[in-house]
Amino acid sequence: MADLTSNFLGIPSPNPFWLASAPPTDKQYNVERAFRAGWGGVVWKTLGFDPHIVNVNGPRYGAVWGADRQLLGMNNIELITDRPLEVNLREIKAVKRDWPDRAMVVSLMVPCDEESWAAILPMVEETGADGVELNFGCPHGMSERGMGSAVGQVPEYIEMVTRWCKKHTRMPVIVKLTPNVADIRNAARAAHKGGADAVSLINTVNSITSVDLDTMAPEPAIDGKGTHGGYCGPAVKPIALNMVAEIARDPETAGLPISGIGGVTTWRDAAEFLALGAGNTQVCTAAMNYGFGIIKELTAGLSLWMDEKGYRSVDEVVGRAVPNVTDWQHLNLNYVTKARIDQEACIKCGRCYAACEDTSHQAISMSEDRVFEVIDAECVACNLCVNVCPVENCITMERLAAGSVDQRTGQTVSDRYLNWTMHPNNPMDKAAE
Amino acid sequence: MANAPTTPGIAPARLDPQTLAAHFADLEPPFGPHEAVVAADRCYFCYDAPCVTACPTEIDIPLFIRQIQAGQPEAAARTILDQNILGGMCARVCPTETLCEEACVREFAEGKPVEIGRLQRHATDALMARGIHPYVRAAPTGRRIAVVGAGPAGLACAHRLAMRGHDVVLMDARPRIGGLNEYGIAAYKTPDDFAQAEIDWLMKIGGIETRTGVRLGETVTLEDLRAQHDAVFLGIGLAGVNGLGVPGEDLEGVRDAIDFIAELRQAEDLARLPVGRHVVVIGGGMTAVDAAVQSKLLGAEVVTMVYRRGRARMSASQHEIDHAATAGVRIITDAQPVAVHGNGAAQEVEFAYTHDGEAGLELTGETFRLRADQVFKAIGQKLAGVPEGLTRAHGKIAVAGAGRTELEGVWAGGDCTAGGDDLTVTAVAEGRDAAEDIHAALTARAAA
Ligand SMILES: Cc1cc2nc3c(=O)[nH]c(=O)nc-3n(C[C@H](O)[C@H](O)[C@H](O)COP(=O)(O)OP(=O)(O)OC[C@H]3O[C@@H](n4cnc5c(N)ncnc54)[C@H](O)[C@@H]3O)c2cc1C
Ligand SMILES: Cc1cc2nc3c(=O)[nH]c(=O)nc-3n(C[C@H](O)[C@H](O)[C@H](O)COP(=O)(O)O)c2cc1C
Ligand code: SF4
Ligand code: SF4
Ligand code: SF4
Repeated sequence: MADLTSNFLGIPSPNPFWLASAPPTDKQYNVERAFRAGWGGVVWKTLGFDPHIVNVNGPRYGAVWGADRQLLGMNNIELITDRPLEVNLREIKAVKRDWPDRAMVVSLMVPCDEESWAAILPMVEETGADGVELNFGCPHGMSERGMGSAVGQVPEYIEMVTRWCKKHTRMPVIVKLTPNVADIRNAARAAHKGGADAVSLINTVNSITSVDLDTMAPEPAIDGKGTHGGYCGPAVKPIALNMVAEIARDPETAGLPISGIGGVTTWRDAAEFLALGAGNTQVCTAAMNYGFGIIKELTAGLSLWMDEKGYRSVDEVVGRAVPNVTDWQHLNLNYVTKARIDQEACIKCGRCYAACEDTSHQAISMSEDRVFEVIDAECVACNLCVNVCPVENCITMERLAAGSVDQRTGQTVSDRYLNWTMHPNNPMDKAAE
Repeated sequence: MANAPTTPGIAPARLDPQTLAAHFADLEPPFGPHEAVVAADRCYFCYDAPCVTACPTEIDIPLFIRQIQAGQPEAAARTILDQNILGGMCARVCPTETLCEEACVREFAEGKPVEIGRLQRHATDALMARGIHPYVRAAPTGRRIAVVGAGPAGLACAHRLAMRGHDVVLMDARPRIGGLNEYGIAAYKTPDDFAQAEIDWLMKIGGIETRTGVRLGETVTLEDLRAQHDAVFLGIGLAGVNGLGVPGEDLEGVRDAIDFIAELRQAEDLARLPVGRHVVVIGGGMTAVDAAVQSKLLGAEVVTMVYRRGRARMSASQHEIDHAATAGVRIITDAQPVAVHGNGAAQEVEFAYTHDGEAGLELTGETFRLRADQVFKAIGQKLAGVPEGLTRAHGKIAVAGAGRTELEGVWAGGDCTAGGDDLTVTAVAEGRDAAEDIHAALTARAAA
């Protein structure tokens, strides 16, 4: 059996699944239920100073559903904790005392001055918590008050606040990043420079999920008005994966631990985050959508997959895919594939034809009796037909062997690696000659 | 010998081999991987899910369905088998329409439940196809336990005991183990010798010695077993059958439905199995339905099932009754047999109509006759050969808690005990729970 124990930043937890700072980690009651269900750790719902903030008293979540009401994405306009600081600290202390084997990290958001951070950090230390996470991500409400993503969007502030925190605590400091920036690497580099022990990402993405066309108000609407909220859940996973990979392969932040967050729903999502360099993962929406019971699927699934692949520990998985993430200019242009349609599997729906004929390269032919075939002389191997075909593995991409002729270009396929930097059409390449 | 459905009397090969093969193929074909994921996607992952409560073995249904959704049917199988070691058979034979699927919230909402049974089969098939037996035995305890009766109750009990490190001697009177899994369940629910394949897979746990042809009360006595073992589990099912008690019952062609079914299940070649042109099945339960449907599938021209009370009182589920009707079985209710007529062999069965009167079921006085070359009695099984010293409740072995009988060191479960429905899944649950109780009792004794 694979060993799922995790030692992220030296914080031991029985598995690499923590609950992200959000309503699931809002109070002792929830967190104890989560630990009983098997979660490895939590990042406590973000704390702030008293007087505590207030939340809206109407709907705070919006959603995007699939046809069978599967929740594909969710957004929220919730703020940080709306309970007194003292209550949260007392509960954190009690939970950590009763559950010493679980990770207890406390998320923080206080005004952008050194005194504030210097004041709150010792209070957290006193609870016996394992670490802190700086919430530089919250994209709504708090940012209007100069906190959350207002800090996270300015690398200089990230570095400054991180430095203060490292100065005022012995606890590991995780910096939680907002995806609402042009280049996530600048934020990660700033955290790194400030001395962060790790970054965690992503927080939620600025969004409006829908508009009520009768009241003409964006959802979730409060008394006829709405505001942008933070988007999360399965829909944001691709954004998060890319950002994690960007940081993992950035030489300037090499070796900086990453806690991967954003749309983790099944073991596979988690494994993908780990492969792209995350040392552990955090989950929010999936737990909010299905309850804490999903941890059983996450742990059993990751463990089974690791057994099948022969990975003995989580660390053996972390970063495995990072060397294969590269820049476009390094992709091999001599890798030539063609779409192939398995006529046995084809149900003759014609979607590949419509897609290719109307919007791609007119590379699929359709006969009177609805036989669909790829025209090699036109197929650019874009993959669109593969993606639209309703039958899995019906259309596949097959590589042309070296020495065969690509009917589209008339050229013989070479087995030589040739990327854009080496390509004759590249003006820079020409210039270099 | 090319016979036809209309060939008079009782005759084999009424249908050609291809038709027979098609008739006895999988009733519900297995899901393909894509179908399985689509079906799994319908599950809401309910909290404290009603489907789990409705499952006698309490399989964590939302979890296993989620594991299928997450692309790991093998992990799903583990979740199933943790609770129900015969999860593969149960996926095929459980009347899900009266168990988990009846309780499913989507049955309530849309009249279309999540297809839990078929998903369960998808998962367990995936694991078994890979030949994986995911359980290992605990350190040997040196205890030896006799399990009498190798039906689902005995098998589940034996497996759990072996897992807990005990040595098990599993004995059965019949030549093959499996109980009604092997001799009773309709052939089209468990084709391709699945019952034996599942048993071979189950036995991979090790530590279970099987002895067939051993009949409690004849070959061995309960006293001997108690003396030679640390505990005894009885899962002897219902070996007796109820008789009609009408004139003509002993005519040729009149027999117990379960014997016909057992013969059918053991037949090497269905084309050699004789069946009547006119078949009358008496009874209203699962056994009656299975005998009627399988007679029809073998090629009987006219099959009629007659039940003495109203349709609502039939113990076969609506789904099964519909299945019989679709197969072409004629169903007559509120009629009771009064005589079988014939000269040496049965030719007709005479019935009297009934109604619910003050003194229970009463005959209306009106009678009718049905042609019958073959008459199958399916009016219930009963306990037979219960060893001395065991008390009875409702005609079955009385038990308390997890299968404890009145006798020290003797547990019982499955159809032979009172309580719970007479279903495969219930037998598995009772066998499993008795094993845990035996384990706890032996452990406590060792500690004392
Ligand atoms: C025709 C038919 C169809 C059915 N179809 C279904 C179905 O589709 N779905 C469902 O859930 N349930 C079905 N059932 C019910 C189900 O088969 C039983 O509830 C289940 O098999 C009970 O398991 P058991 O282990 O208690 O007993 P059994 O399966 O009856 O096993 C008892 C075993 O004990 C042995 N035995 C008996 N006496 C002795 C003795 N004195 N010494 C040694 N061994 C002995 C027998 O040989 C037998 O192998 C059906 C039953 C019948 C008869
Ligand atoms: C209702 C809600 C409240 C949240 N509150 C916080 C918060 O207080 N602090 C924080 O750092 N992140 C907060 N988040 C962001 C989550 O921790 C997480 O980063 C994000 O939802 C992406 O992960 P997911 O796709 O698993 O939900 C919140 C998210 C939701 C849905
Ligand atoms: S989820 Fe609970 S708190 Fe939220 S609106 Fe519904 S009932 Fe109210
Ligand atoms: S989309 Fe797929 S199934 Fe439909 S016609 Fe094309 S190849 Fe066939
Ligand atoms: S009741 Fe139905 S929808 Fe709910 S968990 Fe069970 S199978 Fe899924």
